[in-house]
Amino acid sequence: MTQQVLAKQVQEVFARFSDGVVEDQRVGYQGYIVAPEHLLDFARALRDECGYDYLTTVTGVDYLADGKMEVVYHAFKTLGGPALEFKVQTNRQNPIVPSLALIYPSAELQEREIWDLFGIRFEGHPDLRRILLWEGFYGHPLRKDWKEPYFEEVAKPFKSRFPDGKVYRAEDKHPLKDNIDFPEGFDPAKWEAEGDAALYKALTNIPGADEPGIKTEQIILNFGPQHPSTHGVFRMAVLLDGETIVNLKHVLGYLHRNHEKIGERNTYIQNMPFTDRLDYITSMSNNFGYAVAVEKLMGIQPPERAEYLRVMMAEFTRVISHLMSIGFLLNDLGAFFTPMMYALEEREMILDVFEAVSGSRMMCNYFRFGGVAHDVPDYIFDKIKGLVFERLPRRVDEIDAYLTKNEIIRARCEGVGVLTPEQAIALGVSGPLLRGSGVPYDIRRAEPYSIYDRLDFDVVFTEHGDVYDRYLVRLEEIRQSIRILQQVVKQMPEGPIQIGKSTYQVKVPPGEAYGRVEAPKGELGFYLVSDGKPNPYRYHVRSPSFVNLGALAPMSIGSKVADAVVNLGSIDIVLGEVDR
Amino acid sequence: MTGLAILRGLWITLKRLIMTYVEDFKGGKNRYYTSEGIEARRDYRVRGAITIQYPEEKLPVPERFRYVPFLVYDETPDGERKLRCTSCGICARVCPPQCIWIVRGTDANTGKPIPTPLAFYIDVDVCMNCGMCAEFCPFDSIKMDHDYEIATYDRFAHHIFDLEKLAKSAAYYAKIRPTDYAAEEAVRREKAAKAAQKTEA
Amino acid sequence: MGVEDLNLPGYEIPSAMKGNIAITTLDRIYNWCRQNSVWPMMFGLACCAFEMICSAASRFDFSRFGMEVMRPSPRQADLMLVSGTVTKKMIPQIVRLYNQMSEPKYVLAMGSCACGGGPFKEGYSVVSGVDKFIPVDVYVPGCPPTPQALLHGFAVLRKKIENESIRTVRWYRKEAVPEIPIPVLGPDLMDPRRYAEIKAYAAEKAQQREQEAAGSLNEGGQA
Repeated sequence: MTQQVLAKQVQEVFARFSDGVVEDQRVGYQGYIVAPEHLLDFARALRDECGYDYLTTVTGVDYLADGKMEVVYHAFKTLGGPALEFKVQTNRQNPIVPSLALIYPSAELQEREIWDLFGIRFEGHPDLRRILLWEGFYGHPLRKDWKEPYFEEVAKPFKSRFPDGKVYRAEDKHPLKDNIDFPEGFDPAKWEAEGDAALYKALTNIPGADEPGIKTEQIILNFGPQHPSTHGVFRMAVLLDGETIVNLKHVLGYLHRNHEKIGERNTYIQNMPFTDRLDYITSMSNNFGYAVAVEKLMGIQPPERAEYLRVMMAEFTRVISHLMSIGFLLNDLGAFFTPMMYALEEREMILDVFEAVSGSRMMCNYFRFGGVAHDVPDYIFDKIKGLVFERLPRRVDEIDAYLTKNEIIRARCEGVGVLTPEQAIALGVSGPLLRGSGVPYDIRRAEPYSIYDRLDFDVVFTEHGDVYDRYLVRLEEIRQSIRILQQVVKQMPEGPIQIGKSTYQVKVPPGEAYGRVEAPKGELGFYLVSDGKPNPYRYHVRSPSFVNLGALAPMSIGSKVADAVVNLGSIDIVLGEVDR
Repeated sequence: MTGLAILRGLWITLKRLIMTYVEDFKGGKNRYYTSEGIEARRDYRVRGAITIQYPEEKLPVPERFRYVPFLVYDETPDGERKLRCTSCGICARVCPPQCIWIVRGTDANTGKPIPTPLAFYIDVDVCMNCGMCAEFCPFDSIKMDHDYEIATYDRFAHHIFDLEKLAKSAAYYAKIRPTDYAAEEAVRREKAAKAAQKTEA
Repeated sequence: MGVEDLNLPGYEIPSAMKGNIAITTLDRIYNWCRQNSVWPMMFGLACCAFEMICSAASRFDFSRFGMEVMRPSPRQADLMLVSGTVTKKMIPQIVRLYNQMSEPKYVLAMGSCACGGGPFKEGYSVVSGVDKFIPVDVYVPGCPPTPQALLHGFAVLRKKIENESIRTVRWYRKEAVPEIPIPVLGPDLMDPRRYAEIKAYAAEKAQQREQEAAGSLNEGGQA
């Protein structure tokens, strides 16, 4: 792939670091390799002088054969346009990289994830703890030489399944009859569980706390992981002074399902149903993101009708997701359950469509590389028309009339959980959260993919950045989605839905690609590294919910504890995607 | 006036409640426990409650619905069951969580593989109902079932499906997926006709 | 089950009183009450939780079975719905919640993940079935089970409750039911009941490594 043409300022910045920043020359790779000692200066120059103010993705790659590890960054301009990708390389024995958390706060959580899964230490990181696994877990699982207890082979398909597939359960073959493994010579009796000591230390470590003044007693309050207001198995530890939140840390990983490790063992097509289970409300959007990334790597384009079908499904998903998000927000506000029921009713109607088209209500597994799996049956197309032209617009208006002006909702939401545009960009949040803070950034417009550049819709944004504004953005985005759906249904072309014949053997040339789509919750990106084999060498999911969660603490600190729940509801997370 | 919007919201919920009774009244006897009643309640025009009263009435699943896979067998006129599966192993290869296990038989005399699986297992506790096996099976042999009522008390005894549990007749397949079945049969007849032509030529 | 079903076969009831009187056993009426008021605990784990919510919502509405009171507190819940992937980080909490539930208590494993690990079983932080730690009464396979499949699971559970007898169930016995020890997060998940096994395993592993090292040294020496 060719290097993109860079603006003048960017070239100047590059010239300044002449020997410290070099182009990545590997076949199929883009971007620049930055020497670790120049990383901080380079990032600062990139942010302040070149306008790349929006760092969305940070991830690691373990190049075992070369004996090095790499941290990959993707920075964007909030004015739109493609990514500027830069990388830092380090050795495998003692991997240390300077932390960008102070320049781009969005890197903080993602660097913690890399430390957890790759064991790359980030120098200068404010709070480098494990994030998805627990303190004390042995090893860093995404390293290529780390093997899980049920490890069978490096890549699928496994030889034990065919032609001599004598069935067994994985646990029966393991000496401990379970999915566990321990380091050599380990003695559990001597083990002292670290528990939450590190978490509470980080929680109570507040800058400026030593200042003189009246000291009040502070208490630590834990929400979750089993708690009705935490949207699944999410946990937040809150430091309270009276009812006011002094500090907030979230604890993740209660649904960490090793998506990426499994994804690197799967063949490309096998990952498709796994992506369904990322954000399980919006499986079609996840499929879309993954298909876009792989197609970028393969250099193919699906046929016209497939593009329309894809957009149709993605927008239906957006309607579902935003409706549910509104319903759950109202749940968090204490409006048990009527708004949620109304949202779920519309969801059922749309799920009927998904079920008829793809075969499953939630786990659609509908996209294929170069097209989609099935065409829409005729009888369901009539229902789709009825939904997008008649039912959904009416129902959205009803929800609008039902909730928007409600005095209680306004009292609870207005001015709560304010996120300024500067904060939002720095924290790398995306989706309705970013747009609610007054940044009109929508990937469908900023870096159009599929057929979005041909469709007529507005990027919705509001200016206050509070919970109420996020609600308004979501509501209006449903309307815009319906607008897109109406165009798509009207313009739906005839033709094939797949390039050639759908096949399970996909040839992907070596290289890397970062494909991203505007999922309902924000930027959903897939970073793929291919070494030409049938399975990806590196498979990383940049999930919107995970990065958006970084905004929870800045939003909530200083407000009342009851508002933390509402703030969380307004971020709209799905744990399947946060923990992966 | 404060509280007006709240009252408006209450009116909307009340309206929905009333609409349920209006629709029930209009639908008359056919509203519940009939297939047209179910269809009316899942239609986009419905305005009241949409409850389907399982198990007395069941929401019909669409043709493409997928649950656990099954194997199709054809019944020969003399009542013999002939599995369509040729144990080519493609399903075991594409299966994302690798829950399909096949033992391919070999001919004792020639040592060549025989085109019927000796054993075929699907671990339901691992299966993710993705439908990849059915999608890529070249012999229309493995298909996704519609039967979702498979809850059990004991997973160790029941959750690894073997050949006996997996094999279902082509008639059953034709019943749950008529369109797919008809299309596949048409292709098959065409192929057979072509093959016949070739042999004639 | 109406009053007519509650009536034991073999007892004739005058037609005038039909629908008002039933002659039945204590077990039967007791179970009849219990099976129509199974209160699930309100907690979801993963994807399946959404199908569980759908089962509670307008279309499938499991309040028709007397289950609408989803309790956020384990103390008031009768049924634990393990809806989704159980991870090693989550299992201590699940076991604790199970211990806190008051008896009679039931567990329904929803979806293949909760039943036996599911598609993510091969991963390093997924528990291969929640029944490794807590007893499960009903398994509902599927990924995810549709709401109707879950409702069928409830029907199966109700059947189980129906056939229980006050005399034999474990919660009316004199001896207390022991609590399940809560697993500990060490280098990996540790079941306190299995410490000796784990120690032996780790020791054996160390021994193996030593032998390998010695073996390779010898080979090196020979070469």
